Amino acid sequence: MRKYALRSAALGYLLLVLLGPLTMVFVRAFDKGAGALWTTLTDPNTVHAFELTLIIAVIAVPLNTVFGVVCALAIVRRRFPGAGLVNAIVDLPLAISPVVVGLSLFLLYGRTGWFGPWFARHGTQILFAVPSMVIATVFVSLPFVAREVVPTLREIGDEQEQAARTLGASGWQTFWRITLPSIRWAIVYGVVLTTARCLGEYGAVAVVSGNIEGKTQTATLRVQDAYENFNQAGAYGISLVLAAMSVIVLVAMTLLRPEEEAA
Amino acid sequence: MSIEVRNVSKQFGSFQALEDVSLDVEGGALTALLGPSGSGKSTLLRIIAGLEWPDSGEIRLAGEDATALTTQQRGVGFVFQHYAAFKHMSVRENIAFGLKVRKRPKAAIRSRVDELLDLVQLQGFGDRYPSQLSGGQRQRMALARALAPEPKVLLLDEPFGALDARVRAELRVWLRRLHDETHTTTVFVTHDQEEAMDVADRVVVMNKGRVEQVAEPRELYDAPANEFVMSFVGQANRIGDAWVRPHDLEVVLEPNGLTREAQVARVVHLGFEVRAELVRDDGEQLAVQLTRDQAAELELERGQIVYVRPTRETVF
Repeated sequence: MRKYALRSAALGYLLLVLLGPLTMVFVRAFDKGAGALWTTLTDPNTVHAFELTLIIAVIAVPLNTVFGVVCALAIVRRRFPGAGLVNAIVDLPLAISPVVVGLSLFLLYGRTGWFGPWFARHGTQILFAVPSMVIATVFVSLPFVAREVVPTLREIGDEQEQAARTLGASGWQTFWRITLPSIRWAIVYGVVLTTARCLGEYGAVAVVSGNIEGKTQTATLRVQDAYENFNQAGAYGISLVLAAMSVIVLVAMTLLRPEEEAA
Repeated sequence: MSIEVRNVSKQFGSFQALEDVSLDVEGGALTALLGPSGSGKSTLLRIIAGLEWPDSGEIRLAGEDATALTTQQRGVGFVFQHYAAFKHMSVRENIAFGLKVRKRPKAAIRSRVDELLDLVQLQGFGDRYPSQLSGGQRQRMALARALAPEPKVLLLDEPFGALDARVRAELRVWLRRLHDETHTTTVFVTHDQEEAMDVADRVVVMNKGRVEQVAEPRELYDAPANEFVMSFVGQANRIGDAWVRPHDLEVVLEPNGLTREAQVARVVHLGFEVRAELVRDDGEQLAVQLTRDQAAELELERGQIVYVRPTRETVF
C-alpha cells in the first residue's frame, strides 16, 4: 500500500506542477480554432522570432558543447591546482539569476562599460542586437554539457584511455576512438538540456535585446509581448510551439537511448 | 628487448612508492614482480610502460634511454588487471585497435586478428562485445589486443587477479606456453607467490618500494636473501633467531633430547600434503608440513602430544 501511496503522490505532483500548465497551454492555444492559431503563427514577426530563437540556439549549443566537453576533460583528467574551483565556477550560471546576467552584460558592453567603447569604435553593435543575445544565452546554458559529462568520465575511469595509449594511439586518436564514444550519451543528454535552456531563455535576453519586434525579439520575448498586449491566442500559440519543440527533443532522445544501453 | 631500470624513485604525495630501484630484465625472459600490495610493483611496471613518470632515475629499453618517451612511442604491450576492454567495440575491433591506429592495410589487419583469435582460442567470438564475455575470455581478448602490434615487451599488471582460481591456473599455463613460443620479453606483476614461482624464469621480490631479491624461483625459496623474502615466499616459522620451513620440522612421538614437546592444535588434510599447527610448551606456534604417509604413521590428531625438532634452520 505504501508503495502505491508514494507512487500516486509522485505522479500527482508531476501532473499538478508539470502537465497541468502544459495542458492548459495546449487547450487555450486552440480556443479560437486551428485557423486563428495558424494566422498567429504565420505572422511575419512571429516567424522572425522563431528564426531568431533557432539562430541563437544553433550558435550557442555547439559552442557550449565543445566548451563543456573540454571543460569536463580538464576537470576530470587533468589534475591541476584549482580544478575544484573551475568545477564550481561552471555551475555559476545555475546559481545566478538570468536577469543579473543580462544586467552585467549590459554594463560590460554598454557605452561606459569595459568593452562597449571598443566595439562602438569598430562599428559593431553588441547590445540591442544578436551578438549580446547570443552571449547571454551562451552564459545561461553553459553548465549543462559539462555537468552531464563530468560524472560519466569519472565513472568510466581512464584505464581504457591508458590501454589505447599503450597500443600506440595518439592523444587525439584516443579522444576520438575511445573517450568520445564512451561519453556520447552524456553529451547527447547535455545537448538536449542545453538546447531546451537556449530555446526557453528569457531573463538575460530580455535585458540585453531591447525586445524590438521583428528585429531582436525571440520567441519567448514574443510570448510575453503578446500576453501583455491582450493577444492571448498568440501567446498560447507560440508557447505551444515552444513546448512542442522541447517535447520532441526529449522524446527523440528517449527513443534513441535504450537501444544503446541494450548493446 | 632488454629492460634496464636505473635508480628509479617515485613518490605519490607523502607515500614513497619506489625508492632508488634498479633492475635488469634480460631480453626474452619471463619475469615476475612479486610483492605485497603497496610494495611498488605495479608502479614500477607502469613506469616501464610510460604510464607513470619517475621522479628520478632512468628507464632503458633495448639499451636506449626511454625515460622521456611517451607510452605511445615505447611500443610496449600492456595488460590491465581489470581488462580495460573497449566496451563499445567488438572483440575483433578491440584486437584490431593497435593496428588501425598504425594505419595498417585492412587485409593485413583482418588476417592478423584471425591469427590472434586462434591463438587466444576466441574463434567465433569476434563479433561479440566485451560485456558478453566471461572474465577469462575478456582477459584473453586483452592479451590478444596487446600482442596484435607485435610489441617487443609485454607487461601484465596482475593479469589474473580478478579471475577465479581455476581460470587463473589455466591462463597461467597458457601464458607460459605463449611465452615459450614467442619469446617476447615479458614482465608480470603478482602478489601471489605461487603464481610467480609457477610461471616466471626469474622473480623480483619487492617490498616497501625496494627490490629485496632477484632470483630464480628455486633459489628464492632455498636461499632467501633476507627475513622478508623468507617469510613472504613460502611459509616459515620463526624460532628464536632462526627461521624454519614447515617441512623442515621433524615430528616424533618420543622425546630424544634434541626435541621439544608440543601439542597438536589443528590438522588439515590436503590430499598428499598434511598441515598441522602445533603449540610448543613455551606457547610458541609452529606450522608443520608432512606427507600423508608421515601423518598416518604418527596418527596425528588434535590434542595429541608430540615432539618436534628443526632439521634445517636459516639465520639472517
